[in-house]
Amino acid sequence: MWDAFGFEFVNFYFIPGLVLGCIYALGAIGITLTFGILRFANFAHGEIMMSGAYLTWTMMAIAGAAGLALHPLVAMVPATFIVILLFLGTDRWFYKPFRKEDTIKVVMASFGMMLIIRSAVQVIWGPNQLTFVPGIARPNATLQQITGDLGAMIIMPNKHIFIFAGTVIIVIALSYLLNRTRIGKAMRAVSDSPDLAHVTGIDVDRVIRATWIVGGICAMAAGVFLAMDIQMLETTMGFRMLLPMFAAAILGGIGKPYGAVFGGLVIGLAEELSAYPWIGDAPLLSPGYKTGVAFAIMVIMLIVRPQGLFKGRSF
Amino acid sequence: MEAYLGYGLYILSLLTVGGIYAIFALGLNVQWGFAGLFNVGIVGFAAVGAYSYALLTTAESTFHLGGFGLPLPLGMAVAMVASAFIAGLIGLICIRLRSDYLAIATIGIAEIIKLILKNESDITNGPRGINKIPRTWEHFSEERFYSSWPMSWFGTPENWDAFFDSLPNWYWQPLFAGTILLVVYVIYRMLERARMSPWGRMMTAIRENESAARASGKNVTRRRIEAFVIGAAIMGLAGALFAQHLRLIEPTQTFDSAKVTFLVWVMLIAGGSGNNKGAILGAFLIWTIWSASELIIGGAINLIGAIFTTMDASILQTRAGFLRMMLIGILMQVILQRYPGGILPEVRPASPKADTKVAGTTGETK
Repeated sequence: MWDAFGFEFVNFYFIPGLVLGCIYALGAIGITLTFGILRFANFAHGEIMMSGAYLTWTMMAIAGAAGLALHPLVAMVPATFIVILLFLGTDRWFYKPFRKEDTIKVVMASFGMMLIIRSAVQVIWGPNQLTFVPGIARPNATLQQITGDLGAMIIMPNKHIFIFAGTVIIVIALSYLLNRTRIGKAMRAVSDSPDLAHVTGIDVDRVIRATWIVGGICAMAAGVFLAMDIQMLETTMGFRMLLPMFAAAILGGIGKPYGAVFGGLVIGLAEELSAYPWIGDAPLLSPGYKTGVAFAIMVIMLIVRPQGLFKGRSF
Repeated sequence: MEAYLGYGLYILSLLTVGGIYAIFALGLNVQWGFAGLFNVGIVGFAAVGAYSYALLTTAESTFHLGGFGLPLPLGMAVAMVASAFIAGLIGLICIRLRSDYLAIATIGIAEIIKLILKNESDITNGPRGINKIPRTWEHFSEERFYSSWPMSWFGTPENWDAFFDSLPNWYWQPLFAGTILLVVYVIYRMLERARMSPWGRMMTAIRENESAARASGKNVTRRRIEAFVIGAAIMGLAGALFAQHLRLIEPTQTFDSAKVTFLVWVMLIAGGSGNNKGAILGAFLIWTIWSASELIIGGAINLIGAIFTTMDASILQTRAGFLRMMLIGILMQVILQRYPGGILPEVRPASPKADTKVAGTTGETK
């Protein structure tokens, strides 16, 4: 049904792009929520993602010592609680003192937290790379069989299926939370206008706590998915995600969670597809410059439309 | 005698590196202290300065572009211009937006610069970096300098060779440290002048109340871009001096954003943002703490290793550097919360006829 080019395009560029996009999307949800509700760019977000992946690794190691081989997605659940506590603790001790002051002070504090969390992880787990599950991930045989019979063979390892499914579940849960529950509506209200929300009797502190919890769950999932995808844990992986996640948040519009999901998918696809040989045989852009794509998109957005595609806030 | 020489040279190297960081901190003070522009891409400007200096002044090499062998001051001037040019581009795009966006954009541009330095191997020799970068004063003892003008006017290469052989091999160290301190002093005087001038007072006004400054007819965006570009030029110069000090630069380890950007920020905040003296004091102080903590933590590890013989001291040693970073980060958080004014809080420039007023910890004048 499709030729060799289509096969190559879908399996080696499009699907990896979507996987990366899902990871960016989950990370960007947290960033856009904090940016919208607490009104500052949280530089420590990537590091929280990274520390979440390390905590999951530790849970797996503990379970492994007890003779229990846990899947990262299961080990993620207890680790999520620690990450949420970490988020709430950082907020309580390092961000809250500046809430009444200039926002740039909080940005500075989060920049400091970025370094503190990263060095803490390096002190505890050491600078070497770790892996959840060593070895090469084999493509899912059933999927390959079925799609192969249909004439459009899709090669996809199980980890990618888990990442897609996990992202879809989290985004659906998030939209339920934001549209159907009281606290979700309050979050949207505070994001739109904090003063008005305060006047109408919304407990802003509670909303802020909810923001950190939602952001923490998304960051945790993003960190673990990323570690599953690249099959290793290293201390700089959070920082490398930071720029694309900011780009995704700005592309979708600050304070718009759906915008962040859309932006994340666009940035992820753009990064992977930029290496596709669109013209001639050579990659359009050397794969070494993938990170640059996110930055370029962000700069263009800042020039042309700083409020983002979905009419977010522009400051 | 030998031992004292060792201590002396250690202090000289503290002064050298402290001085280079002081220049970085002064550059950041123009951007953050004067104009309130949040730049977290210091490492990018440093890298641009360092690489332009290195490419222009090194001897011809097959590993990277050129090695143009140009005079050292010219290399430093180009480093400043290159860094200022990039700052101008970022400024034009981001300065009209809120400070968070500038922070994101600067951290992005720093990463992109490092990406380019890593990937364009034909120009920069990629991850292997550039070495044999000439260092001021020490470069006189290199053959390509003493065998060409202007040094060849004063003596034959043989004479120069004999002359440098007669000097101790550390002869350049006090001279290099002195030069850097002189540069710090000159920049300090220029910035003090700028701060007291109408331009400096206008910057304070813009930082404190943008809409009032705009209402009284000040071109806010333009002034901010000016401050951003001047600060970046100073950082470019500091980057060039950093390259001279190291003599070997490469994109990842040398220009680690934690060690450059973050340390400079801690220095400025600790010393007192907005105060040029504070920036210099903070730089020397934090650099001394940073270097001394290496010795102290090293000693502590040896002690732990001696007491708990079952523990592997080498694992601790590899992690000690990260612990140091973490402690500096916590120090910054403490300063930010408890002493927001720093050691030397900002002194507001008043008009020459009025009394000088001291700004309080929160920045208000009493």
